[in-house]
Amino acid sequence: MSGMNALLAVILYIVLAPIIGGLISGVDRKISARMQGRYGPPILQPFYDVFKLMAKQNIVVNKHQKFYILCFLIFVIITGAIFFAGGDLLLAIFALTLASVFFIVAAYSTYSPYAYIGAEREMLQIMAYEPMVILTVVGMYMVTKSFNVIDIATYDQPLLFSLPGIFLGFLFILTIKFRKSPFDISMSHHAHQEIVRGVITEFSGKELAMIEIAHWYENVFLLGIVCLFFASNPIIAIILALLTYFLEIFIDNNNSRLKWQSTLGSAWIVALILGVGNIAFLALL
Amino acid sequence: MNTVLFLILYPVIVAFLLLVLPQLAVRKFIVVASTVILTVASLYLVVQYFSTGAVFFEFGSHALDIGIFILEIALAAIIIYISLKHKQFLAALLMLIGAVMTTWFELAYGGQIHATNNLFVDNLSLIMALIIGIIGSLIALFALGYMEDYHHHHHNVKNRVPFFFFIIYVFLGAMNGLVFANNLIWLFFFWEITTFCSFFLIGYSRDEIATRNAFRALKMNLLGGLGFSAAIIYLFVNAHTVELNQLPTLASTVVLLPVALLAFAGITKSAQMPFSSWLLGAMVAPTPVSALLHSSTMVKAGVYLILRLSPVFAFVEGGATVGLFVAMVGAVTFLLTSFMAISQMDAKRVLAYSTIANLGLIVLCAGVGSYELMWAGIMLVIFHAIAKSLLFLSVGTVEHNLGDRIIESMDGLITKMPKVAVGMVIGISGMFLAPFGMLISKWAALEGLVAANPILAVFVAFGSAATMFFWTKWLGKLTMIKEKPADFVAKVPASETFTLTSLAFLTIAVCLIFPLISKYSLEPFITSIYGHAYLLDQSNVAILLIMMGLILVLPLRLLTYGELNYKPQYLAGANVEKEKFYGSLGLTRQVTMKSFYLNNIFGEDKLFKLGVVSSIVLIIIMFGVGM
Amino acid sequence: MSYLPKSPWLVHYDASSCNGCDIEVLACLTPLYDVERFGVLNIGNPKHADIFVVTGSVNEQNKSVIKNIYDQMADPKVVVAVGACATSGGVFRECYNVQGGVDKVIPVDVYVPGCAARPEAIIDGVVQALGVLEEKYKNMGKVAK
Repeated sequence: MSGMNALLAVILYIVLAPIIGGLISGVDRKISARMQGRYGPPILQPFYDVFKLMAKQNIVVNKHQKFYILCFLIFVIITGAIFFAGGDLLLAIFALTLASVFFIVAAYSTYSPYAYIGAEREMLQIMAYEPMVILTVVGMYMVTKSFNVIDIATYDQPLLFSLPGIFLGFLFILTIKFRKSPFDISMSHHAHQEIVRGVITEFSGKELAMIEIAHWYENVFLLGIVCLFFASNPIIAIILALLTYFLEIFIDNNNSRLKWQSTLGSAWIVALILGVGNIAFLALL
Repeated sequence: MNTVLFLILYPVIVAFLLLVLPQLAVRKFIVVASTVILTVASLYLVVQYFSTGAVFFEFGSHALDIGIFILEIALAAIIIYISLKHKQFLAALLMLIGAVMTTWFELAYGGQIHATNNLFVDNLSLIMALIIGIIGSLIALFALGYMEDYHHHHHNVKNRVPFFFFIIYVFLGAMNGLVFANNLIWLFFFWEITTFCSFFLIGYSRDEIATRNAFRALKMNLLGGLGFSAAIIYLFVNAHTVELNQLPTLASTVVLLPVALLAFAGITKSAQMPFSSWLLGAMVAPTPVSALLHSSTMVKAGVYLILRLSPVFAFVEGGATVGLFVAMVGAVTFLLTSFMAISQMDAKRVLAYSTIANLGLIVLCAGVGSYELMWAGIMLVIFHAIAKSLLFLSVGTVEHNLGDRIIESMDGLITKMPKVAVGMVIGISGMFLAPFGMLISKWAALEGLVAANPILAVFVAFGSAATMFFWTKWLGKLTMIKEKPADFVAKVPASETFTLTSLAFLTIAVCLIFPLISKYSLEPFITSIYGHAYLLDQSNVAILLIMMGLILVLPLRLLTYGELNYKPQYLAGANVEKEKFYGSLGLTRQVTMKSFYLNNIFGEDKLFKLGVVSSIVLIIIMFGVGM
Repeated sequence: MSYLPKSPWLVHYDASSCNGCDIEVLACLTPLYDVERFGVLNIGNPKHADIFVVTGSVNEQNKSVIKNIYDQMADPKVVVAVGACATSGGVFRECYNVQGGVDKVIPVDVYVPGCAARPEAIIDGVVQALGVLEEKYKNMGKVAK
């Protein structure tokens, strides 16, 4: 991608991603409500929530937590910027890991038992999905011979056909990444859980709003990766991404939370069978 | 050439000076002066040779060879004597076999051996020399203050500090010799000296555990040494050469077995599975020793040798298969030791496992031996040396202040010892986070592996996930903001502060200038071997530097927060005061939190057995392929 | 005009309630009443909440808990006392360990009567609380945001 186009893509991403992410989140809540036989909140509800949080008084346990959350938001944005500028996919993933570490450290820094357990479980979640994410990139490289998103996106065949195992494996860990049941062990968008609100227990007001926005950015980035599997046809790719998200909502509403052992175990087994299996198949071919 | 000789001999002279002049003031002066001198000398060497490519020196004479031989036998006699005294017959036997082999070789072929170029300098040696010169001497500087404290804390250990410094400087000299030697016999001589030095250092305290672990290290490294001398003999008998730079040009029938033997020696020295236990045992030694063994010397000698063999794996027919099994040993080690690090509570053991894991990654890179992986491997050596020495030394300082080195007791270290904690945060970030060094090389390694052998990348994928887990939970412990106990006062000697600060700055500086290191040092070096080099994509470098810049600038935001509304943690409404809650039976309880160690999944015993069995099988296959 | 009335998040605390009112509070979340229509979430964490819903009377054991929870909520915040016990102590008013209604410990903005309070009444109380919330937000602006 030429410099101008990349810059344009980054600017579009920075401006549009929170809007798209927020809308997706609003639709998510609406669909979830309908699945539960409720009417549900307005589609714009997530925006109301964030604007409200911005207006609230800021209370903190210590000042460091504000700083870490700021870093979290910035590096999540950088992650997506690398991705939508057509940059190196692995680098984007590593930037996302950095952002997650800031998020975890923010929770640790509050010295709160609930945030602490949330942070530990968040690390378990990352450990659970990280191998599959890297294997996804590996698989994409094996087909397209490039790590650059732009090359992967402009590859003339749909990746889905050569990477079916990796696609399914990626769908599996998306449940963890979107914080959906049964794998929403560290924090949940649903109100009650056994560790209060997990990682985000000690954040309020502006910080909580920033976390929410960061998740919107992150979700758009993740759906972007899903789109890569059918990038040769953008319309089908977007439909694929939306279907994926719908599937995640469906899974979310049909499962209760599992223990961390199941999260780690199932994610690694899926990575080993679907991810490694697909890669071995490509390597032997 | 003179600088090379100076770098080998000067530390040895300093060593003897420190042995005969035991006064504290004199030692302080000598150590501080040699830190400066060694740093300047190694920098001067870089200035002299960094643009010349590989330079070979026809230094040496037959008399010198005989001198080295006699010295070797004398050292062997000492080791055998000590082993027998401690009833360590296996160690004595291994040493005896080694000595007999050397003597037989010398008697049978001594007159015929002729190496044109005994010494050489190229960019890899230069990088190693810088690591040894700067980090090695910084560690020696750190030891000045630390050893005083150490004997303050350990009354029952006999004060043998002059001997300690003697060994440390001999070690540095031997390491320099090792990286400049082109004659394998010389290389082997320095190799054995590092084995002996580490033996004395691990056994410094002379208590039962220390002695046992010292002998374990000795036995394993002597076994590797046997492989090394067998390689030399086989190579000379069949190919009439003992020169390192000749290896890639030899026919595959004569070179594969010696290369497999040398790789085996490298595997023992770099504590790969099944030999990882000696490095863990080495944790009983005073912390500067651990830092020295783990970062700039000893284990780096092992991976240095395997990196030198990379071109053989890449170019000699059949070499790739031998290399593949070397790489597999590295991959298995990386994966399993990263897992085991999760289950460790002792900070030094976590560091030890992470060292072994990172060495595994380097061995993995060197074993595959493509040009991208060569780049990644050398970068890993650099970044690991700096960040790991920083971490080890910090743990040493923390241990003297907190009384133990359990990660659980480091809760809220950032409020207790802010400077040291920030140093550790930099070190830990340096080990696994994005814009920092190790991750850059891990990234390159992953990209290189995917191109060369995607199945090996699977090991890295799973291993990295575990790496993230154990580092982050430690990082979290350090950065907790917790009330500082009123009676806590941190005491850090000046020499320790200086070393820790320099290493922290170095960690960041190297991350900032790594594109320059790559451009001016690695690219010419790798091009000279492979014909083309790994080129970093300019835009990715820019992104990394932007991220690094952000990480350096963003903390300033901390200074700009004005008045904030502070509220205590949410404790289900049962808060009594900060960090205390109203518990059952009406008692006020303190909030305490313990991390996940996941012993049932990542416990040492199961994984270790698995690792030993699989790596032994891999090594046997490697020899089979070599034959 | 702020977005506060569009996204009121509750923290619900059961002081010494008989669970009658608690069941009715939770009934508001069920498909029949579905307060999420108005953006109401039962968030379960004072640091995130705007509205503190208390059921049951105050006694010696939970006095400090109510205070702590109220204290850890970010401004602007309102308190809704739900049910007879929370408003006045109810039938437990004369008990040796009961202090009375929630307003003995923290300022209460809206009182919802009933034993147990009906879901419609609770929703009505929350909606009234939104007005108070908006007013408090305006006043907060004058002092310090």
